[in-house]
Amino acid sequence: MQNNAALEYDYTIAKMFVFSTILFGIVGMVIGTLIAAQLAFPELNYLLGEYGTFSRLRPLHTNGVIFGFTLSGIWATWYYVGQRVLKVSMAESPFLMAIGKLHFWLYMLVMVLAVVTLLMGITASKEYAQLEWPLDLLVVVVWVLWGLSIFGLIGIRREKTLYISMWYYIATFLGIAMLYLFNNMAIPTQLVTGYGSWLHSVSMYAGTNDALVQWWYGHNAVAFGFTVPIIAMIYYFLPKESGQAVYSYKLSLLSFWGLMFVYLWAGGHHLIYSTVPDWMQSMGSVFSVVLILPSWGSAINMLLTMKGEWNQLTENPLIKFMVLASTFYMLSTLEGPIQSIKSVNAIAHFTDWIPGHVHDGVLGWVVFMIMAAIFHMAPRLFNKELYSKSLVEKQFWLQTTGIVLYFSSMWIAGITQGMMWRAVDEYGNLAYSFIDTVTVLHPYYTIRAVGGLLYLIGFFMFAYNIYKTFASGKEVDGSTLQNKTPMSA
Amino acid sequence: MFHWLEERPFFFAVGVFVVIAFAGLIEILPNFAQASRPIEGLKPYSVLEIAGKEVYKKDNCIACHSQLIRPFKSETDRYGMYSLSGEYAYDRPFLWGSKRTGPDLHRVGNYRTTDWHENHMWEPTSVVPNSIMPAYKHMFSNIADIETAYAEALTVKNVFNVPYDQDINGDGNVDVALGSWEDARAQALKEAEAIAADMKNQDVKDAVARGEIPEIVAIIAYMNRLK
Ligand code: HEC
Repeated sequence: MQNNAALEYDYTIAKMFVFSTILFGIVGMVIGTLIAAQLAFPELNYLLGEYGTFSRLRPLHTNGVIFGFTLSGIWATWYYVGQRVLKVSMAESPFLMAIGKLHFWLYMLVMVLAVVTLLMGITASKEYAQLEWPLDLLVVVVWVLWGLSIFGLIGIRREKTLYISMWYYIATFLGIAMLYLFNNMAIPTQLVTGYGSWLHSVSMYAGTNDALVQWWYGHNAVAFGFTVPIIAMIYYFLPKESGQAVYSYKLSLLSFWGLMFVYLWAGGHHLIYSTVPDWMQSMGSVFSVVLILPSWGSAINMLLTMKGEWNQLTENPLIKFMVLASTFYMLSTLEGPIQSIKSVNAIAHFTDWIPGHVHDGVLGWVVFMIMAAIFHMAPRLFNKELYSKSLVEKQFWLQTTGIVLYFSSMWIAGITQGMMWRAVDEYGNLAYSFIDTVTVLHPYYTIRAVGGLLYLIGFFMFAYNIYKTFASGKEVDGSTLQNKTPMSA
Repeated sequence: MFHWLEERPFFFAVGVFVVIAFAGLIEILPNFAQASRPIEGLKPYSVLEIAGKEVYKKDNCIACHSQLIRPFKSETDRYGMYSLSGEYAYDRPFLWGSKRTGPDLHRVGNYRTTDWHENHMWEPTSVVPNSIMPAYKHMFSNIADIETAYAEALTVKNVFNVPYDQDINGDGNVDVALGSWEDARAQALKEAEAIAADMKNQDVKDAVARGEIPEIVAIIAYMNRLK
């Protein structure tokens, strides 16, 4: 603490990314709620002409929440946590400050271009890797800038030992860099032939190979976008907020290296019963089950951090968010492996159980954790008291209800549909035409849309709370915010 | 050792990278050459079909449709023969999809026809009551980008040796001709005329007569090819 008091951390960049987190969160979730409603009420497809169909909007939703909201959240916390665990201020290096600003503005440019091109239908069509090649190149530059920021700050650090969160930020950087580069390899057709649109490209890989590379990417983008950096956050913010030291260093070590090693093998579970070789499918299946260990390792480490302090759960809504986030992480990392078991996958694959699984993970774990981090940071960024704790409390219950509606309806929808597709009558003929299996889902699609709407309203409450904190919260003496902490950072 | 790493960011990063890169090498590389081999007699997509595939990508049908029939009786009964790796050898990107809000389309060309698609894409519920698929009326007026489709065909021909302008089945004739841009455009228009002849929308017919190919014609060419 001693030398810490003298350090004035500079949160300029962190604030910028907090802003973009909220902005893209709203955009991404509004679109998400709309497309959920479109499946229940197809007339909603025609609000924006050609640009408003479910299919055109879905990539905007996924890119908006993944590359908009989540990445912004990761960077908002990075530009806050990084300085504090390395014990060095951004203000000490004009170079790193400039890099940080460039990082933010170039990223905003990419996002604007992404929205425009995706709306126009300019897409490489690989899931979560839709952006065409010129944008991919810009993304690489943005990523390199973040790398400079990480390793630049590390270069001038005072704290020699890297705190656990740092491991996870570094892994996020490396993992996404590798995956993104290989999956997006494409040949610009206009450059090769001189004909046609200069934006168009053709994938380096074909068919089954393309599928393998894509799901190696797709699965691990979840690893390095939705798991690794979120763990970085919880390892910092939960101890900070609760005043409890991380339960076990050994467990964090084991979970980290375990996760790094095992996660990458599990991508094959997206391709079970496809045309990729059997041994890869089986490997994907087996490693998915093994993945429970390091995943639960982190989650249990977090929950045990609260040992003996469970009363905080009722007193502090932020602790509520983080503890429920860990719990949803456990749920989701158990559900995923179950879906990877071949016989379960035969029913679950291609159905709504999959988006159901994704959303208990992202709504319950990723978004909850990022919001909790921003709630924790806001008073320290703005030197203001959090505007309303009771609003946080209300938001928590509203969103939790939303998540429960979302995943329970999608579980039922998915299993219903999976069973109906394979059902046969007494003569062994298929019992249902395809449209029967669609109409039966209407009530579940409606419930899901309602769940999404509740969650969205909760997000607006969050945005409002942060805005009010910034605009009219009570001034607070920064030093009082430092006290409750087991860590020196 | 871990303590040592935690004080040495460079070696830490190298360690992480090695651990995560490992799986990719072992899972993806060994099978690469074999998985890219086409099945016997597989023909590359014509320029019009590529243009149709581009419309399929642009309007992102993959959000609701798969193109992968799994080897279960319930799937082969519904959609036909299960999918084989070699059938996808010319698919860049692969379009297997991950969600079946609508049915699989890998062999839709076997059981749906041009006029069926025309009605269905214009207003799905007119053909299948209660369908939740969006109508794609704009495809009837938007013009497909044939030149970019040609650029793609030429690229894969030159870079990946996709067999355009070759005799694939050994009957002494070229199976899928590409040729120059002028040849390719004329050929695409010829295929488009054949499709437009089976359609009833007058604007589409007029456009094709003018030498322009609406997106709907291209995407129908693509779906008819999915067999
Ligand atoms: C919101 C999800 C959705 C989107 C997006 C979508 N479809 Fe569909 N599609 C369906 C549903 C549901 C059905 C089954 C009911 C029907 O036939 O309309 C269907 C049926 C079909 C069929 C009939 C298949 C059969 O075996 O009967 C074809 C062909 C088709 N869609 C093509 C397309 C094309 C091409 C696109 C992209 C331009 C597209 N769909 C986009 C949901 C969708």
